[in-house]
Amino acid sequence: MSLKKFITNKTTAALAVLLIVFANTSAFAQSAAAAAMPAGPKPVDMGEVYKSVIFYGLIFLAVCLFISIIGRALKVYELSQEAQGKTLGINWDKINAMLFAFALIIGLYALYWEYTVHGAMILPAASSEHGKRIDTMFNITLILTTIVMVITHILLFGFAYIYKYSPKRKAYYYPHNNTIEKIWTIVPALVLTILVLMGFLTWRSIFYKTVDPNNKPIQIEVTSEQFKWSIRYPGADGIVGKKNYKLTTTSNLLGIDFTDINSRDDQMADEMVIPVGKPIKLILNSKDVIHSFYMPQFRVQLNTVPGMQTIFEFTPTETTKQMQEKLNDPTFKFLFYCAKICGGGHYNMQKDVRVVSESEYKDWLAKQKPYLNDDLRKEFNMPVLAPAPSVKGDSTKADSAAVKNKTLALNK
Amino acid sequence: MSTLVLNDEHNHDHADHGHHKETLISKYIFSMDHKMIAKQFLITGIIMAVIAMFLSILFRIQLAWPDKSFPFLETFLGKWAEGGRIKSDFYLALVTIHGTIMVFFVLTAGLSGTFSNLLIPLQIGARDMASPFLNMLSYWFFFTACSIMMASFFIQTGPASAGWTVYPPLSALPQAIPGSGLGMTMWLISMVLFVASSLMGGINYVSTILNMRTKGMDLWKMPLTIWAFFLTAILGILSFPVLVAGVVLLIFDRSFGTSFYLSDIVMGTTILPNEGGSPILWQHLFWFLGHPEVYIVIMPAMGIASEVMAVNSRKPIFGYHAMVYSLIGITVLSFLVWGHHMFVTGMNPLLGGVFMVTTLIIAVPSAVKTFNWLATLWRGNIRFTPAMLFAIGLVSFFISGGLTGIWLGNASLDITLHDTYFVVAHFHLVMGSAAIFGMLAGVYHWFPKMFGRMMNPKLGYLHFWLTFVAAYLVFFPLHFLGLDGVPRRYYAFTEFEFMKKWLTVNVFVTWSAIVAALAQVAFLFNFFYSIFRGKIATQNPWEANTLEWTAPVEHLHGNWPGEIPTVYRWPYDYSKPGDEGDFIPQTVPFSQTMSSNLPHDFEGNPEAERIQLEWEAANPVIVDKV
Repeated sequence: MSLKKFITNKTTAALAVLLIVFANTSAFAQSAAAAAMPAGPKPVDMGEVYKSVIFYGLIFLAVCLFISIIGRALKVYELSQEAQGKTLGINWDKINAMLFAFALIIGLYALYWEYTVHGAMILPAASSEHGKRIDTMFNITLILTTIVMVITHILLFGFAYIYKYSPKRKAYYYPHNNTIEKIWTIVPALVLTILVLMGFLTWRSIFYKTVDPNNKPIQIEVTSEQFKWSIRYPGADGIVGKKNYKLTTTSNLLGIDFTDINSRDDQMADEMVIPVGKPIKLILNSKDVIHSFYMPQFRVQLNTVPGMQTIFEFTPTETTKQMQEKLNDPTFKFLFYCAKICGGGHYNMQKDVRVVSESEYKDWLAKQKPYLNDDLRKEFNMPVLAPAPSVKGDSTKADSAAVKNKTLALNK
Repeated sequence: MSTLVLNDEHNHDHADHGHHKETLISKYIFSMDHKMIAKQFLITGIIMAVIAMFLSILFRIQLAWPDKSFPFLETFLGKWAEGGRIKSDFYLALVTIHGTIMVFFVLTAGLSGTFSNLLIPLQIGARDMASPFLNMLSYWFFFTACSIMMASFFIQTGPASAGWTVYPPLSALPQAIPGSGLGMTMWLISMVLFVASSLMGGINYVSTILNMRTKGMDLWKMPLTIWAFFLTAILGILSFPVLVAGVVLLIFDRSFGTSFYLSDIVMGTTILPNEGGSPILWQHLFWFLGHPEVYIVIMPAMGIASEVMAVNSRKPIFGYHAMVYSLIGITVLSFLVWGHHMFVTGMNPLLGGVFMVTTLIIAVPSAVKTFNWLATLWRGNIRFTPAMLFAIGLVSFFISGGLTGIWLGNASLDITLHDTYFVVAHFHLVMGSAAIFGMLAGVYHWFPKMFGRMMNPKLGYLHFWLTFVAAYLVFFPLHFLGLDGVPRRYYAFTEFEFMKKWLTVNVFVTWSAIVAALAQVAFLFNFFYSIFRGKIATQNPWEANTLEWTAPVEHLHGNWPGEIPTVYRWPYDYSKPGDEGDFIPQTVPFSQTMSSNLPHDFEGNPEAERIQLEWEAANPVIVDKV
């Protein structure tokens, strides 16, 4: 009799423990994160971190101990139930089913929270013509996938909750239904066909451009190397001249081939300045390893590959100033940076981009220095120019003579 | 005593097998028994997974607190974390080795190696693999590959650091990053050995499945696990050799001065002599394996989930044929989609369009599988064993991660998303979470078959819920970093103004990752404790239909004492109407289950149909009750 009393006492105790645990296990992830969070960001002095490792270790051991105590308590509870002749014990199927229902509700709310809070922190709308088409595709895909995700999760977790085990029930023997299977093969196929078609047309419109002779794109060459970018503007002739990696020297870091007349007026720039509404043709290449020219605000990305040129054409639609006003953020700036792992400095390989009006662009461009300087002229056996620019015609003649010398020298 | 008798019978049956005197070495180390090899693969896989998880915690710490120093890191890592801060080169080494271990050693060898070895002979009714010796070699090549990979942590220049895809020229030039020195050579050697191991395994799996099925086990009576392992093995056999070809060329470029992947390279002002190669070639060769590889990772997990869900819903898998055809569809299509990893590499844009079409087509069989799993749960009688929880978790992750594949497979959207955290979130949900959950489901489900004991289900529940919640907390927010244009493999987010708003998210993600990692302690304890002290398992603890549960709990060389059982029916006769119980094992002939037979069971066999009709006419009451 006393034994029975003892068991019932223990049962109630175990039940109490169980309740606490139940509250704890389901919220464990959050509570552990929350408990540890304040300790993370502001440890008083960093010399104590060593201690805090041990401290966290102890916390973890305490949690383990706690869990094992609960495990024991559960076992005692189940044994006592058995001793009382109840065979059921704890109905774990029911608990897990409840947890799935709970996970569904919390999960849906979390999804909503993510979309509204983190979703508000993503890139602003595209600032380029093709980018707007990409954004449309993005929105369609987002809506479709979100609908599918929500519905399938409601079904998955809903079924898990509704059809939990019951010894009284027998599952419904339902091995196949060809009609249903055909439907859910064909419907995704159709939806995907639409997405493919849209994606394909967008892709084509980005990479297959017909050149409008009245609105020729501005060529800008970008060369990547560990861990910086070099920008080359084409100069007055509008053509970026040839390069030959074998000509690289300390004074000619890009290996520009100045025997090519188109190279001679090429200008260097510290930042990329582009006029709004004008098509820009980016000519990308790399000196050493693969990098990726990534300019997400314009929805532009293309790898820069040593030994080959890659080309991306786009048209900016908003100036930096307009964007600053639109986003109400005076510090906003366009950027491009590296997106392909390229070595230890990969995480800091960026350049500013400024989109300005056409007149501002022209003013700025006039101030940029040419690549060809006196040192390089000597190197390429060209006459060093006096500051007076009037003798241009002569110099080209002299230059072409120099070209011959140089090529001869190279052939040797 | 009974053991002796069993062994005697077995000896009698298979005197030609030889070597029955087992020593410690032949039993536990150089074992040729598929069950032991499966356990070797599993335990090695678990150890590698723990190592790779630890590496991920290290770089998550760096990402969360980029400007704080942690002296314990210096204690662990020495010169790679001087002053308690991980160096940027070493950060890249961490992500590289984390990826390599997880993709190849854990999710390929640990998953396929374990469950193909364990289940193929047991579920098709064979005494062992077609070539037990090759099977043993397969494990030891794998083990050597793991050892070499881990050894690269102990060399002067550190392990390979060019990312797990090791794109040249970064991986080819030691001047570009220290990890591309000896560490990269070791990576390549390790990979060659690993591929050899995979091929030996794969050839064995295919030949075993094709040649050694027991009487009555035709292809359409095989469980979906076997179908999945079979198609996975075929994928591996066809795609892994291409990786070896690529790797060999890279070895040539690195060590013998060839120029397969290198051309026009200037390091600073040093002009390299290589001419005529193309770095894009490596990407084609790598992804020709690399993309099938992700299906090599997910298909066994799908097979395991299908089996576990059918058993624990007490319901046949919905659309068995559709499940097989979708696996076949995925297998074929997976060879045609590698280019979607290369949309923005400068590959001809025309190819971008083609690969977009094939990539989005592969979403169809994946969708079919998902819907079929949902239909399997519908009106089931679901027992939430830990294995079942993990299988349901797999479906959830597969949906969440799979849907973002539709974004990334769209070449136009990929322009902005390529190489950002969006990709990281995508493949960690689909491979890092779904495939791992498939593996864990398999471990919980077949633990009794492997070790003859049960794992503790309550620790299993704890493990599942913690891991499930924490994995979502880790990977879901990462999508939004990607949508904000944050590239992956960035050592710190401190150099960009716009990334600073994500620092708090990084702290949150790191804490979630730590919780997820600690939750695995529940699994590890449960696993190793239960091997020795778990509850003794019964022969068929889950009341499943497949053949492995007809084999005795006691492991025998040859699996079944006496004759191998004959198979009469498909493996999914759960809760069949007219039957008293809720499962009918594959070994039960239709003549013993007259009350539950359906016309469909005898298609193409008029004699059997006639007998069934006669029986039904003679027993109208029972038939009416149905």
